[in-house]
Amino acid sequence: MNLLRFFVQHHTEVLEGTGEHLWLVGWSTLFAALIGVPLGILIAHRSRLDRPVLATANIIQTIPSLALFGFLLPVPWLGDRADRLAILALTLYALLPIIRNTYAGIRGVDAAVVEAGRGMGLTQSQLLLQVELPLALSVILSGVRIAMVISVGLATIAAAIGAGGLGEFIFRGLAMVDNRVILAGAIPAAVLALLADFGMGWIEKRLRPR
Amino acid sequence: MIEFRDVSYGVNGIQVLSGLNLRVAHGEILVLLGRSGSGKTTTLKLVNRLVSPSSGQILVNGVPNDQVDVIRLRRGIGYVIQEAGLFPHFTVERNIGLVPKIEGWPEERIRARVQEMLQLVGLTPDLASRYPHQLSGGQRQRVGVARGLAADPAILLMDEPFGALDPLTRDELQREFLQLQQRVHKTVAFVTHDLREALRLGSRIALMEAGKLVTVLTPHEFLKSSDPWASAYVRAFGDGLESAANRGTS
Repeated sequence: MNLLRFFVQHHTEVLEGTGEHLWLVGWSTLFAALIGVPLGILIAHRSRLDRPVLATANIIQTIPSLALFGFLLPVPWLGDRADRLAILALTLYALLPIIRNTYAGIRGVDAAVVEAGRGMGLTQSQLLLQVELPLALSVILSGVRIAMVISVGLATIAAAIGAGGLGEFIFRGLAMVDNRVILAGAIPAAVLALLADFGMGWIEKRLRPR
Repeated sequence: MIEFRDVSYGVNGIQVLSGLNLRVAHGEILVLLGRSGSGKTTTLKLVNRLVSPSSGQILVNGVPNDQVDVIRLRRGIGYVIQEAGLFPHFTVERNIGLVPKIEGWPEERIRARVQEMLQLVGLTPDLASRYPHQLSGGQRQRVGVARGLAADPAILLMDEPFGALDPLTRDELQREFLQLQQRVHKTVAFVTHDLREALRLGSRIALMEAGKLVTVLTPHEFLKSSDPWASAYVRAFGDGLESAANRGTS
């Protein structure tokens, strides 16, 4: 009950935090998709590049998030605004699942179907847009879905460098040793993660080729 | 017309084809017969440049096929493969109409053409809106043939198109294909490992073994041939082949 009252009293702040959180997650997932999908397609077609690219994305994933935020802080233009920096860091983390799934999705398209398409005289781009991407779409989208859910969680750390978001409540609550404040950040974050998962899952199902 | 001039092809130090000289005459069904790994599929892919030769030349309609734009070349050649290679996310109509569509035909003409093709291969018009996985194996293969013919290419390449079918359906499709060929008179290169199919469909049979062309014979010559590879084939398939051989009319 205490918690509920806290939510009612601070609902504007919680909503604001949720908005900031969505801002960070939305942009970073979008940027990661804009970079990761083409990169995944490229390495699926040029098999020499697949190992180095996937290895790099893997290494990025192993950097602790707090450390990555810290690393980027002194970078001139980036460090000016905390949300800019947070979006970049979150984008980097979101790359791996998107690149990996795009790569796996394109590679997983039946070779006989691709060869039939080439044999019929489809150009490289027609083959990609009409055959490979539609058939790989659900795998690619599940990569975006994973990236988004990871981002929702990681974005709470962005509060440590002052980028706002629901992490603000969590850090403040930790400092104040007040569970209500922690939960005011953690519960909406969990709900966001579930909604992102559910929403992307729904889109994925709608677009799945029969 | 297709002509191979001293064509060889190797990959990673393995010689897949060596010194191939072969002509597929206008309007004939030339069957490439051989076991797996004999180079027959590679021979087919050399025609539409899915594979490029290490040496030698392939002439398509009198022109070396590496001097033509590869996309133009392929759109002028029908390609039908085993299990049809249909696009699983396209309806039958879109599958058949794909080449006409990318060739920029107007919508009504494509639709009319699709209906015409369905009829030609013995499928009912209501199948147009189905997806490949909703069809039987025989229907899929018919769609594959219809797709190969849709843009009215002069040449048809067929890679074991009836290989995955049950004997009854295969028999039906072979018979229908012969009837179809009487009407459309395509230049056909047809790959199979089934001697019975080769005897039935082929105007001539090109026997391949280990990347080399052994001999080219008509079905009747093939049955009487004293060539060790040809007679080995005949022995392996046993009695009753005479009835399978066509009269060289296709």
